Amino acid sequence: MDWAYFLQQLINGLTLGAIYGLIAIGYTMVYGIIGMINFAHGEIYMLGAFHSLITFLICQAAGISGILPLTLLLMLFVSMVLTSIYGWGVERIAYRPLRGSFRLAALISAIGMSIFLQNFVQISQGARVKPMQPLIEGGITLMESPNFNVQLSYMQIVIILLTFVLMAVFSTLIAKTSLGRAQRACEQDRTMAGLLGVNVDRTISTTFVMGAALAAVAGMMVTLYYGVIDFYIGFLAGVKAFTAAVLGGIGSLPGAMLGGLLIGLIEAFWSGYLTIEYKDVATFGILVLVLIFRPWGLLGKPEVEKV
Amino acid sequence: MSALITSSRISGAEIVKELAFFAVIALLMSVMILGVETVDRPTGLELAVRWDLVVTAIISTIIGRLALILRREHISRVGQALLITAAAVAVFEMFVRFRDMDDRWASPVFLDMAFGSATSVIVAVAFVTIVFAIAYFSMKKPGAEEEESGSRLSSKIQLAYRTNTKKIGALGIVFFIIFPFLFGENRSAIDLATLVMIYIMLGWGLNIVVGLAGLLDLGYVAFYAVGAYSYALLSQHFDLSFWLCLPLAGIFAASFGIVLGFPVLRLRGDYLAIVTLGFGEIIRVVLINWYDLTRGPDGISSIARPSFFGFAEFDRRLPEGVMGFNELFGLDYSTMHRLIFLYYLILVLALVTAFVTVRLRKLPIGRAWEALREDEIACRSLGINPTNTKLSAFAIGAMFGGFAGAFFATRQGFISPESFTFLESAVILAIVVLGGMGSQIGVVLAAIVMIGFPEMFRELAEYRMLIFGAGMVAIMLWRPRGLLSFRDPTILLNMSKKEKVAGEVK
Repeated sequence: MDWAYFLQQLINGLTLGAIYGLIAIGYTMVYGIIGMINFAHGEIYMLGAFHSLITFLICQAAGISGILPLTLLLMLFVSMVLTSIYGWGVERIAYRPLRGSFRLAALISAIGMSIFLQNFVQISQGARVKPMQPLIEGGITLMESPNFNVQLSYMQIVIILLTFVLMAVFSTLIAKTSLGRAQRACEQDRTMAGLLGVNVDRTISTTFVMGAALAAVAGMMVTLYYGVIDFYIGFLAGVKAFTAAVLGGIGSLPGAMLGGLLIGLIEAFWSGYLTIEYKDVATFGILVLVLIFRPWGLLGKPEVEKV
Repeated sequence: MSALITSSRISGAEIVKELAFFAVIALLMSVMILGVETVDRPTGLELAVRWDLVVTAIISTIIGRLALILRREHISRVGQALLITAAAVAVFEMFVRFRDMDDRWASPVFLDMAFGSATSVIVAVAFVTIVFAIAYFSMKKPGAEEEESGSRLSSKIQLAYRTNTKKIGALGIVFFIIFPFLFGENRSAIDLATLVMIYIMLGWGLNIVVGLAGLLDLGYVAFYAVGAYSYALLSQHFDLSFWLCLPLAGIFAASFGIVLGFPVLRLRGDYLAIVTLGFGEIIRVVLINWYDLTRGPDGISSIARPSFFGFAEFDRRLPEGVMGFNELFGLDYSTMHRLIFLYYLILVLALVTAFVTVRLRKLPIGRAWEALREDEIACRSLGINPTNTKLSAFAIGAMFGGFAGAFFATRQGFISPESFTFLESAVILAIVVLGGMGSQIGVVLAAIVMIGFPEMFRELAEYRMLIFGAGMVAIMLWRPRGLLSFRDPTILLNMSKKEKVAGEVK
């Protein structure tokens, strides 16, 4: 067993998993509160990537890209704000009028929205792959072995740290603030929450905004980490993040993060040790296994079916 | 304008506030994605500013919102229609400006058209008139009661449809049968009709799974792919004829349905959706990567065409001793014969699907599907095995998908994983849901709307999918239960159908 190689895959997997986890939170929160698959969430993540790329280019044109922390903060801030407006708009246009209608209608509407957003970006920004220069270079060599050096790049450290900070912030938000309380109340019983004076519409909107903001961070990380984006990145990332949400137990915030990390690890190890082509097959295979033996996910609660 | 505002319950200041809010939202949404274009240059990405797109986006949002306010407050139908027309003009302007606008300061294209040559004036006037007419007539009368207005016409249509379902169906079948005689020489018409018919068949197949059994399948295209590849591979490696492969393709697809369905069908709806979606992707990934068998992304080409039931061939040059179709019937050779034959083939396949569905609905298994869709717990307590019942729906739906796939392979003569993306599954599901789940004629209507219209407007290629996505959302908002929306009561107790229907629609 080559421990150096193993460690490297572990690091790569954790980085990837952090990104999936951030997207998965958006799915899990929305599913928890209104019980629908927000199919357009992958596109929201893609929009986040585009917003951060364009913000960077604007910074470059304005000549402030030399000041790295400022540029990064601006990218983070602008893409979070603008992308969350898209999240808000998607809910307002495509989901709110269909709330209370039958389930498939909202799902079809979401798929339509996803197709629309994808093509909207394709037309307005072009179908070509957009390259992005690496902003954070270098790293630490953790372990040196005869044929292989284990690298932990600064970029990976930033991604993992930022993810954990955001996770901590959002968990506190859900657990401690009145907004989080309203959200948890709506999750349990929307009608009752409404009767008790919770503004249900606003709470749902906020959920979408929060999910979109996290997806935007994931989008920005991917832009920086891989250095290429295009209008199509949302679909597969979205599906995998949803898989992560289900794996962790849909509706559970730590579950989404755990699911994301697991999916990232599975993907990294599968492509590291087995075949890189079939890594998506592995992800879905795991999903099927989990659903058969533990349909409520790893950290979710089993649902009791009532007549 | 001011007269309109003062007569309402909402004050001018409130309107201005609301409009300003949405203007800011439109600005923030468009400022980067629309306002800035990333241009590839040898030195890297550069930016090009497109401020005019942002302006048109904001203007169309404000005008559209104003129309919505008028609608909400039941003010002035003409005003609403005018505003919607204006918003449509602004959106049109935005789309025109998307491409080939070197000069961002150029005057609005629509104005140039309206004051340009005779033809462009006519186009502009026609555009405005059509949008205005649609907006005006789809509008509620101001002050009218909610239930009465708008739904009147549609409920009349529904009533007429529900009492005459059989006649409409028969008329439709007759139309599709004589279609080649009407457009026999027009190759593109036949091609389009064949394509629409493939989707009708897929829609009917998926309808068994989604519409009758209520199982949400997002990976139906996988079975379509299995059917297509099994025919292509069997015919290439074992030289089997289409007529032998067609049932085999169906059997393969059905077995895939059973293998997939067995573990996952005990799951609840949304999980099933995501697993089927994953399965669709797995099939595609395997098709791309298993190069030895499927030739990966290159696809399989020159797939054998079907013969005339083994009696005759359609090719121009035939080997010795093989009868040509034109010889068999004493006709002159024409390439159209094969196309028309293929059209009738898919028509028959589709009708078989519809016929089987209609008959199955009357069998105990069909009843069980519909009961299961309505209430699973009740079914279980009545002794219906949900897993087996679902499995049968899944397998039968998959089988028809396999048939359609085999037909697709033989018609195209070339297949590659490109044809079996998630988008296809989404389109087929959209056809079923738009048609009104469980409605056979609705599927036909939806397939024509979803496949026929976009194919006709091929020139708008780049906007096609954009409009398609927006259309899916719009139709769902307008008719969440589909175009022909109802659940057919399959069993009626001591009541003539007409009475029952009339009672329900009212």
